[in-house]
Formats: sequence, structure tokens, C-alpha cells
Amino acid sequence: MLAIGLSHYLTVGAILFVLGILGIFLNRKNIIVILMSVELILLSVNLNLVAFSAQLGDLTGQIFAMFILTVAAAEAAIGLAIVVIHFRNRGTIEVDDVSTLRG
Amino acid sequence: MYVGAIFFPLLGACIAGFFGRWLGDKASQWVTVFFMALAAICGSLAFIDVALGSAPGVVPLFTFIDVAGFSVEWALRYDTLSVVMVAMVTFISTLIHLYSVGYMSHDATIPRFFAYLSLFTFMMLMLVTADNLVQLFFGWEGVGLASYLLIGYWYEKESANRAAMKAFIVNRVGDVFFMLGLALTFWTFQSVEFETIFAGVDAARTATFLGMPALEVIALLLFLGACGKSAQIGLHTWLPDAMEGPTPVSALIHAATMVTAGVFLMCRMSPVLEYAPTTLTIITIVGATTAIFAATIGCVQNDIKRIIAYSTCSQLGYMFFAVGVGAYQAAMFHLFTHAFFKALLFLGAGSVIHAMSDEQDIRRMGGIWKKIPLTYVMMWVGSLALAGVPYFAGYYSKDMVLEVAFAAHSGAGSYAFAMGLLAAFLTAFYSWRLIILTFHGAPRADKHTMDHVHESPWTMAVPLLVLSGGAVMTGTLFYDLFVGHHQAHFWNGAIFTAAGNQILEAAHHVPEWVPLAPTVVGLSGIALAYVMYMFAPKLPAMLANALPGVHRFLLNKWYFDELYDAIFVRPAQYLARALWKTGDMRLIDGVPNGAAAAAVSVAGGAVRLQSGRVASYAFTMIIGLVLFVTLLLVGMPSR
Amino acid sequence: MIAALSFYLFAAVLIASAVMVVTSRNPVHSVLFLILAFFNAAALFLLVGAEFLAMILVIVYVGAVAVLFLFVVMMLDVDFSAIREGFQRYAPIGGAIGLVLFAELIFVFSSWTFAEDAAGLRLNPMTPGVDNTREIGRILYTDHVWLFQLSGLILLVAMIGAIVLTLRNKPVAKRQDIGKQVSRMGSVNLRQVRSGAGLAETGIERPPVEAPPAPTRVEHHGGGHH
Repeated sequence: MLAIGLSHYLTVGAILFVLGILGIFLNRKNIIVILMSVELILLSVNLNLVAFSAQLGDLTGQIFAMFILTVAAAEAAIGLAIVVIHFRNRGTIEVDDVSTLRG
Repeated sequence: MYVGAIFFPLLGACIAGFFGRWLGDKASQWVTVFFMALAAICGSLAFIDVALGSAPGVVPLFTFIDVAGFSVEWALRYDTLSVVMVAMVTFISTLIHLYSVGYMSHDATIPRFFAYLSLFTFMMLMLVTADNLVQLFFGWEGVGLASYLLIGYWYEKESANRAAMKAFIVNRVGDVFFMLGLALTFWTFQSVEFETIFAGVDAARTATFLGMPALEVIALLLFLGACGKSAQIGLHTWLPDAMEGPTPVSALIHAATMVTAGVFLMCRMSPVLEYAPTTLTIITIVGATTAIFAATIGCVQNDIKRIIAYSTCSQLGYMFFAVGVGAYQAAMFHLFTHAFFKALLFLGAGSVIHAMSDEQDIRRMGGIWKKIPLTYVMMWVGSLALAGVPYFAGYYSKDMVLEVAFAAHSGAGSYAFAMGLLAAFLTAFYSWRLIILTFHGAPRADKHTMDHVHESPWTMAVPLLVLSGGAVMTGTLFYDLFVGHHQAHFWNGAIFTAAGNQILEAAHHVPEWVPLAPTVVGLSGIALAYVMYMFAPKLPAMLANALPGVHRFLLNKWYFDELYDAIFVRPAQYLARALWKTGDMRLIDGVPNGAAAAAVSVAGGAVRLQSGRVASYAFTMIIGLVLFVTLLLVGMPSR
Repeated sequence: MIAALSFYLFAAVLIASAVMVVTSRNPVHSVLFLILAFFNAAALFLLVGAEFLAMILVIVYVGAVAVLFLFVVMMLDVDFSAIREGFQRYAPIGGAIGLVLFAELIFVFSSWTFAEDAAGLRLNPMTPGVDNTREIGRILYTDHVWLFQLSGLILLVAMIGAIVLTLRNKPVAKRQDIGKQVSRMGSVNLRQVRSGAGLAETGIERPPVEAPPAPTRVEHHGGGHH
């Protein structure tokens, strides 16, 4: 119990991942919280990678996490920019209203 | 020269047809006349060379079709048979072109007319100079097309359109048999070249097709094809209706040239026909029946052109039974003379119609002979030739035909002789009925028309005069060559007669009364016509009232149209309507429409799926991910 | 012992704050809890010895991304109470899916082992005695330099994209429009002048002075005060 192993980290990562998924379902209208949930999911992935990296003594996992961080930052920036202009155009950020993609 | 005779008309047709709009009416009509005249000169020179100089030949042009084992050359076959036709067609066509210049002067689309006319001439020449059956078929269909175009020339008239379609469709029936004959010929001889066919006839005498002698079947099929083109009984219905076309067309196509294509085909295929005695008998009977049948109808018709059309039909019957008894020379001779006097009659009728302001019903004519004496004389000459009055062209040829029928000494031959004699009587009768009703008696047209009656311009008069010369002279001039003592040398093998076929020789030795009979019946027919229409004008009406059934039967042309309407046209219409309603609208339209409707409804379902809500898409992605992972987990142990 | 305790502490706070992120009514709270979650995650990273990543997480995520979220949430005047309508609607299905996913993940983790030759397959084994940051830097700038440049490019594109998306032309903002300047008429005229001619002959070229608008006349209609 007191010896912290890989499985502990993986469990935390799994919980974080499921919470992120749950966040998408719960806040289906609020795009900002959805974006935060996505950040959580990415964080859980990073946690897994770092945990494996430490366990194996292989730095590749951490390099991977670095790149994921980069992509997550870029995604957050673009996503928030889209939210801003969408809000500017529509006066709301309700994702339910966005249905211009409807076939 | 040989090539020019054939292709000058095509050149003229192309110029008038494609450039007539820029050339203008006058230029294009004279261009075609000029090229036709050139062709006529070439044709006459070719006639002198080939027929009189006995120098037949083949002018190869190019290869038409060349596929594995089946090659068709495009070549012009010049022998006496074809050169007679070439000379006759180009000559008469030139005259008719010239005549049309006057006759069609008030028409709106003159270049089109002349282009068609020249095109027709070209096709006819192609037909007669064909070196093989396929090339002949090309010309055969070509004249059919040109005939369709010309009958329907006044396409604003619904009746003209109907007549054109009728002509085309009825001809098509014949063409089916022609094509079957063509196919069977190839099957039998492995070739469609005339040379090969004629050389292989002896070998093919024993060949059978479906248990019947192949030669008999080929001959019968080709004869049925010829029936369509030459308006023999059964397939004759299009010819009278074809009179909807302009009169020069009637003269050229439906009297002088195209309808004789069937007779020409029979003569061309004489080597095959000689070994098909059963078919020859059938031809004799059909020809004789047509002769009498058309003559009876001609007696009661009232349209001036229809009367002449039925007389054409009847004369074609003569030609066919001449073929049937094996006297191809006699058939060709009658064809040749008939072309002249029938063209003359048609052009004369056209002149009358022209003078009467487009009136065609002889019941509304009369009393105009003093106003148009030239036309009157021309009609007399033509009718005399048609009736076979001595020393006119028809006398020689018709006598010859009847003599060979008598000389055949067979059942069919005797039938043909009897029918021919009766038809000769009726021919004379209706010819003079036409003359008397048209030119004599009290005028029955209104005053305005009568005031307007005028002689035709020179472009119409000159062809009439030339043709009348032909109607008088051709019999005397060509008797010896065609059927007389020089015939063997003249034909020079172009017409084949089997060793046992001495019919022409026999025809010269028939009893005394036989050559005399046609003249006698012809003159009595003329006399009867005078009695009935000149001296006792009440008689015909009384006769019609006395025999109403017969009269109506004849007036309705033996109810052939009604019969065909009931047997073929109506079922075809019902079938077409059924196919249209169910086959076309439900099935053929239904399949694509149904597919489109199905696509729309499927797309409608897909649209509901594509709500456009980003959240739904995200949910779907996540659910898919979960399913995927589950699948992976469940699938793992089995791996 | 201390490491284990701190792991549990940080893990518990991380999970609790993640729960708050997704369930909080106020997005501002969500963002703040997100920041807390990032801090705890960084602490977890530290525990396993990834110091550099932990610092990056704090700097980039907390300092940039989370603040950006906070900034956007506060800047946009959003009626969040309306957005929360139907909050519960998808909770059951979301919960079910989350549960299934979680069960599967746990199932995988519990039944999973390293390959026997995993140690030999390592791409960048850690060198004992060399600290984390130095090691990462060495790998990043040598083996993965192209990927590193590429990620920089991605960030650049993201930056430009964000600017292009959110930039808008305000009427009050003054901008230079070269086309407008070049096509401007009247202020500068080109003229062919005789060479050698002085100002005295050509005169000074000045832009034409527009005549002042004529004063509008006030129409007095019938009525009024008289």
C-alpha cells in the first residue's frame, strides 16, 4: 500500500481520463468547460507517459509529453480564439446552437 | 465518265443542300440542274459505250467494309443492265429537275427540294450500279430515305408527314425481307459480290436452308423486299399516299425510277431466280394480281395523281409477271418505256394541277383543253403510250410482256396473261376517264380558278416535249435491242437466262391474235370511257348506284388500308401504348426516379444523423472510442 | 513513506479538483480548479522525478493556458446559468460510459506486465547521475531536433491563427493603408515643368483649396412666432 508503483499512477491517470470524458458529457453546452475537459484528458495522458518513463528509466515518454504539451497549448489557443469570435458573432457560446454543419 | 454519272448528282445535292442558303434559290436550282445534265451526258455516253459498244466493266472505288472474312468493295458495276438504268435515271431526272424549276417556283425552300431530288438521283444510281448486295442495299435504303424526305417535303401538312412515315414504314417491312435475303445469300455463297454469287449459283443449287432449297428462299426473300419498294399487292399501300409529295417527286420517284428498283433487283438477281421456279411462279401470280387489282382501283379514284399512281402500281405488276415467266428482258423493256410515258403523265398531271391552282380532284376540273392545249396533247400522248395503242412506246413493251406471259404456257402464265389483258382494258378505260373528266365537258371549277388557267412556263413544257418524244419513240427504237433479235448481244450476259429458258424466242411465235389482243382491248377500253364519260355522263353514277358494294369496295381500295389498320396498326398502337404506360413510364422512368427517391429518403435519414451539433459528434466519437476499446479487450483473449 | 503519503495527498487533491472542474457551476471556479489540478499534477511529476516537465507544466499550463481560459471566461459576457440547463440530461449516459471505460482501463492495468526484454528496447535510457533537464535537453536538441522545430512551427501557426481569428477592424483604430495613400488625388500633383525654370516662373504648386460649404439657409415656413 505504501509502496507507490506504476499502477497507482495509472489509476490516477485513468480516473482523470474518465473525469475528462464525463466533463464533456456533463457540460455539453459550455464549450469552454469542454475545452478544459480536453485539457484534463491530455493531462491524464501525460501522467501516464511520465509514469511509464520513470518506471522504465526511458526518457522518450517525457519527450512525448513535451510534444503533447505543445499541441495542447496550440489547441487551447486556437479553440479559445474560435470561441471568442463565435461569441462575437452570435452573442453566446452554446454549442447546441451551432448547427450550421447540419447536412 | 462512269464515276461522274454517279457522283455529279451528289455534288449538286451537296452544293444545294449545304450552301443553298448562301447561293440563293436561283443559283442552287440551276446548279443542280447543271450537274444533273452533266450526269445525263455521262450516262448517255456510258450507255453508248457499255450497252451499244458491248464493253461492260467494273470501276472500283474503295473498300467499304473489311472485317475478318467479310469484305465489301465499293465499286461501280457497269453492264448493260445497270447502264440502261443509269442512262434512263439520269435522263429523266434531268428533265424532272428542269421541270421542277418551273413547278416549284413559288416554293419557299427551293434549295432543299433540289438537294433532295439530286440526292435521290444519286442514291438510285448507287443502287443500280452496285457491285454487291451490300452496296445495293445502301442505295436501296438511300432511295427510301430520299423518298421519305420528298414525300414529307411539305412537312407543315400533316397528311404529308403521315404519308412519308407510311412510305418509310411499309418500305421497312420489305427491307426486313431484303436484309434476310442478304444474310442468307452470304450464308450460302460466303460472299455478297455479284460475281461470286453468280459464279457459285451452280454449286449452290443443292444447298438447302431449313429443308428448303436455299436459292428458292433467297429469291423469295429478295422478291418480298422488292415488293416493298415496287409496291406490289400487300405492300402497295404507301404508293398512292406518296402522292402527297410535290408532283415532280411523284414523277421521278413513284413512277419512273424508285419503284422500279424492285424490278431491277429481280433482273439483277436473274442467275439466282432462274433456279428458283417456285418463287418465279409466286412472282408471276403476285405481279398479275397487282396489275388487275391496281387497275380496278384506278377506275374509281378521283384524285388525278392517285389514278396515275395506281396505274403505276398496275404497270409494275406487268413487269413483275414478266420477270416471273423468266422474260427479264421484257420486264426491263417495259420498265424503260414505262419510265418515259409515266413520267410524262405525271408531269402532265402536274401541269394540270399547276394550271388549276393546285386542284387535284378531277371532279372539279373539266373543259380546259382549249386553254392548255400543250398539256392536253401531252396527256394524250402519255395515255396512248400507257394504253398500248400501236406504235407508241407502251404498245411494244406491253405487247411483249403479254406475249411472254402467253408463251410461258404455264398455269401462272395464263393467269397472268388473262389478268394482264383485263388490266390493259381497264388501263385504257381509266386513262381516258381521266382525260375526259379533266379536259372535256363543262367546267366544274369555280370561275376564279377557270380564269386563272394558264399554260406552263417553258421549263415545264420542254421536259414534257422531250418525254413525249420518248413516249412515242423508245418502243420502236429499242425493241430490237431489248427483246428483239439483238437482245443477246445487247444484254451481253448482264441478264442470265438458263439453258432451257427460250421464252423470248417463244414469244415471237405466239398465235396471231395474241399480239393483237392488247390493242383491241385497249381501244375498246378507250371507247367505253368515251361512252361512259363523254356521251352518257349519267352512266357512271347509275352504275355506281346499281352496284354500290363493288363501287365502295373499289373506292376504298379493296379495304387494304382498313385491313392493315385493324391487323397491324391498331395492335401496334395498343402495344406501343401499353409499353409506353407500363414499360416506359413505370419501368424505365420508374427505376431512375425510384432510385432518386430512395437516395433522397436515405439522405433524409442521414441528414437527421448529421444534426450539426458539435456535442453530438463529440459524444459519438467518445462512444465509438469506448466500443473500440471494448472490442479490443474482448478480442484480446482469443488472439 | 513520505513519498507515498505525498502521492496520496497530491493524487487526492488532483482528482478532487478535476471533479470540481467538470461539475462546478461557475466556469471561473472551473478554471481555478483546473489550475489547482495542474499544480498537483506537477507535484506528481516531481514525485516520479520528471522535474523539467513539472516546471513546464506549471509555467505553460498554469501560466499561459489556464490563464488564457480564465481571461476568456471573464472577458465573455456569458449567461452561464442558461448554459447549465440540461446539465443532468446526459449525466447517466456519460456516467455509464465513463464507468465502462474506467472498468476497462483498470482491467487492462491489472492484467498487464512489461515485456521481458523491455529494458533492452529502451530508446533513450536515463544515464545515472545526469539530471533530468540536462538529459531532456540533450535528446531534444539532437535526436528530436526536427520534431522540436516542428512543434515550434505548430505554436507559431497557432499564434498567427489565433490573432487572425480574433483581430477585427475597429473604426477608431488608425491604420496605414498604402493603396489609399497612393491613390489619393489632389494633395500631390505631378506636373511636367520646363527644365531650368525656377519657382518664380512656375509658381508654388499647392493643393487646390476647397471652397467652404455655403451656409445652409434656414427656411422659415408659415406659422411659427410672429
